[in-house]
Amino acid sequence: MSNVESVNSVVRSNAERKQIRKERLALLRKNKAFVVGTTILFFWIVLAVFGELIAPYAADEMSFEFTGMAPSSQFWFGTDSLGQDVFSRVLIGTRSILVMSFSATILGTIVGASIGLASGYFKGALDTVIMRLLEAISAIPVLIIALLAIAAVGGRSPVITVLVIGFVFAPNIARTVRATVLGETELEYVAAARLRAERTPHILFREVLPNVLPPIIVEFTVRLGYAIFAIATLSFLGAGVETGSPNWGMQISENWSSIFSNTWWPTLFPALAIASLAVCINLISDGLLEVFEI
Amino acid sequence: MSDTPILELQDLRVDYTVRGIDREVLRGISLSIAPGEAYGLVGESGCGKSTAAYAAMRYLPRNGKIAGGKILFDGRDMTTMNNDEVSELRRSAISMVYQNPIAAMNPTIRIGHQLAEVFRMGGATKEESFSKAEAALARVQIADAPRVMRRYPHQLSGGMAQRVVIAMALASNPRLLVMDEPTTGLDATVEAEVLDLVRELRRETGTAVLFISHNLGVIRHMCDRVGVLYAGSLVEQGETATVLSNPSHPYTVGLLRCIPRGGLHKNTDRLDTISGTPPPLGQHFDGCVFAPRCALAEDKCTTNVPEMINIGNGHIARCFKHNEASGMPRNVESVTVSPTRNASVQQKGSQLLNIDHLSKAFTQDGHTVHVVNDVSLRVGVGETLGLVGESGAGKTTIAKLILGLTGSDSGSHVELNGKDLAATLKKRDVADVGAMQIVFQNPDQALNRRHSVTRIVGRAVQKLRGLSAEESTNRAHDLLSGMRVEASLHSARPSQLSGGLKQRVAISRAFAGAPQLVVCDEPTSALDVSVQATILNLLVDLQKQDGTSFIFISHDLGVVRYISDKIAVLYLGRVVEFGEADVVFGGPHHPYTEALLSSVPNIDGSVRKRIPLAGSVPSPSNPPTGCVLNPRCPRMAGSGVEGLCTTVEPELNEVEPGHFMRCHIPLDQLRVSQQK
Repeated sequence: MSNVESVNSVVRSNAERKQIRKERLALLRKNKAFVVGTTILFFWIVLAVFGELIAPYAADEMSFEFTGMAPSSQFWFGTDSLGQDVFSRVLIGTRSILVMSFSATILGTIVGASIGLASGYFKGALDTVIMRLLEAISAIPVLIIALLAIAAVGGRSPVITVLVIGFVFAPNIARTVRATVLGETELEYVAAARLRAERTPHILFREVLPNVLPPIIVEFTVRLGYAIFAIATLSFLGAGVETGSPNWGMQISENWSSIFSNTWWPTLFPALAIASLAVCINLISDGLLEVFEI
Repeated sequence: MSDTPILELQDLRVDYTVRGIDREVLRGISLSIAPGEAYGLVGESGCGKSTAAYAAMRYLPRNGKIAGGKILFDGRDMTTMNNDEVSELRRSAISMVYQNPIAAMNPTIRIGHQLAEVFRMGGATKEESFSKAEAALARVQIADAPRVMRRYPHQLSGGMAQRVVIAMALASNPRLLVMDEPTTGLDATVEAEVLDLVRELRRETGTAVLFISHNLGVIRHMCDRVGVLYAGSLVEQGETATVLSNPSHPYTVGLLRCIPRGGLHKNTDRLDTISGTPPPLGQHFDGCVFAPRCALAEDKCTTNVPEMINIGNGHIARCFKHNEASGMPRNVESVTVSPTRNASVQQKGSQLLNIDHLSKAFTQDGHTVHVVNDVSLRVGVGETLGLVGESGAGKTTIAKLILGLTGSDSGSHVELNGKDLAATLKKRDVADVGAMQIVFQNPDQALNRRHSVTRIVGRAVQKLRGLSAEESTNRAHDLLSGMRVEASLHSARPSQLSGGLKQRVAISRAFAGAPQLVVCDEPTSALDVSVQATILNLLVDLQKQDGTSFIFISHDLGVVRYISDKIAVLYLGRVVEFGEADVVFGGPHHPYTEALLSSVPNIDGSVRKRIPLAGSVPSPSNPPTGCVLNPRCPRMAGSGVEGLCTTVEPELNEVEPGHFMRCHIPLDQLRVSQQK
């Protein structure tokens, strides 16, 4: 076979692949949920990176002249009871929640996927024991475990919150992955791998894992939405981050009692921010689900 | 045909929207079905058969739409009807029978309720509907109707479930019955029973049938007229006998030449193939849809769309050169170069694989199920052993036991080249693992869809031959090119390949470690006949070239007969007959083999008396005493050895030199009764 010919044909087969990708992208671009979701997420990511540069005031800048000011041209979202600019604090708080929720979800996904992979592949007694344990963990509400863990470790810090959320999310991901792996190991490519004397870790991570990635990615986006809520809630309960740091949940927690004196703005704007972030993640996962027909 | 056709499609065009683009799936189909007529639609996968069937009920998937043309039911255009009118037609006048009967029923509702519901929709009272349901079951020859009524769909066998679905479809006394591959998932003997039933019911009710199938033999036996679909276009139509014995479109001609039938054998005949591959969904054609693959194509074929040309007596073909079609040149040489035995003359007759007393029992819900029972087989060097039998006979389990994918029970011996092999893969040497490989039925599942073709084959070479990564890649490319997988496709993922190419990659992988024996487990069952022919040719070539032995598992007796040197017939995990292929097919047969052979519908239309098996396959967890076939045996009654058959299990005896049979009835007696 001549080289020219083979090169041409490779181009053709790659062109076909590109064609499919192009058609999918076109479909994604037409998918309203996905477009709206990514636009909002992009907006928040830009703020997470550049929030401090954009914000008109520093996060901890207090001004006792302007406590509890209603939204105005000077303070777009008003000020809180300490005279801090709500707008600036929302902008700057973006980074904390994005970084924490992403790290917690990534951690949970890695741990959960590994457990699910092993459990689904080996089946039998190991599988039964692991699954019963995970069920036991899932039976306890996330917040109670998180609060208990934070109390036990005896300190609140973003790192501990991330570890705790990652840990409590792992069972859900493990169960999803295990269910997919159970079906996957019935497929004959696994038998084919055994028939060329492959070792088990190779079969697990090089053969099976790539095939269960799509459900893992979907589960990841779903969990990410929950993580945002969980972190906001923990912060609201005062268990997530240090007091005073710019954090949406913490902002709500510090200001919610002033709602009764009609000072609604320090609570409403961070709440809207949380809601919009959670919604945009869900929109993205809906869009992906639809286009990739998972 | 003086009266109005029941169903008439006029220039019907259907589009599917896939990834945002409309793709033409049916390109102007015109056909009509007279009252009481059975019309068959044949074609390979993706040609639009099922779409045509669903369109006839105006029941398209969500992304499908009728882009033009008319669907006339009894003269009324269904494309302009509102949904209520269409529902009314579906309730009272058109019924459908699907390929998978168990999935067609609601798994949570008892059969009786599901069936009675159809009658209640027709206006019957509750009591009436149940008695009608019982009568309907009796009509489809279900013996114990009241008991079947109380069961759930999953408690029925495939054949029984298809009868229930047929009963349901006939409940509204439809004028048209659409059957989409109604017997494709069924075993040969069950298929034959269901087809007999449908034929009989048609005689009784006079219902018109639109019968969709990929199996030309089934169409030959079931249909008055047949239409051949290719790439969404009707290319030929006419009386079934005329079209199949005197085809006038190059595609039909090619299709018929691909099928191993009429006693063809690899040593003397090579199967013809159709060059190229079917077009992707919705491709646009300026001319004839078949022109790119046609041996007769001329310039005008690629620029002008041929009209349907009348050849006479309702036989029409969409081809400019229909007169020359039957004499079309072959795509591959008809005769093989040299017979198998010459190629490996130095090894002729030497034994490669000895299997002795192979057994496997599984435990299921506290019961012990003997799936494979004391199977002993021999495979010689360069020889093909065909394993035939219906589902549950243990074919695939035997393959897994030999390969060590499943551990066999103690007492079993698998001996390769005189060396006793351990029961499980983990305890076997890499060399022994590489010496026996497998080609699976479904290449989609057998190839890792996330790996490239090079990686799939290269990794096997690397592990089984102990070569470096670079050497393995080169060797893999040589192997793939030898299997006619072009270099351009080596970097592709399996999903980018057609079914035939995927199977070539799977075969390349099986040959990566220079195996002595390759198990082929239904390697062509998931493929279209034209692709099947190329794969069978490839396997035969490889055998001649390398002297590789095959264990070939298939439910398609034509294929097994073509490729096998020896045949073992299995029933309930036991070998009931074993011998040279021509002896097993030529007879005298074991009664089970006889029944199996008689249930295959022939394409040439020759009518063979069907030898039915009574009842259904017994559960392997509770096999009958004596000969396991005795409750179903067509030859036991009047044989004079009934007492023995029901009490003592026969051994696998050598009834004549090289011909083994597990039967109490003397060979001569079988010969006499089978010649009648």
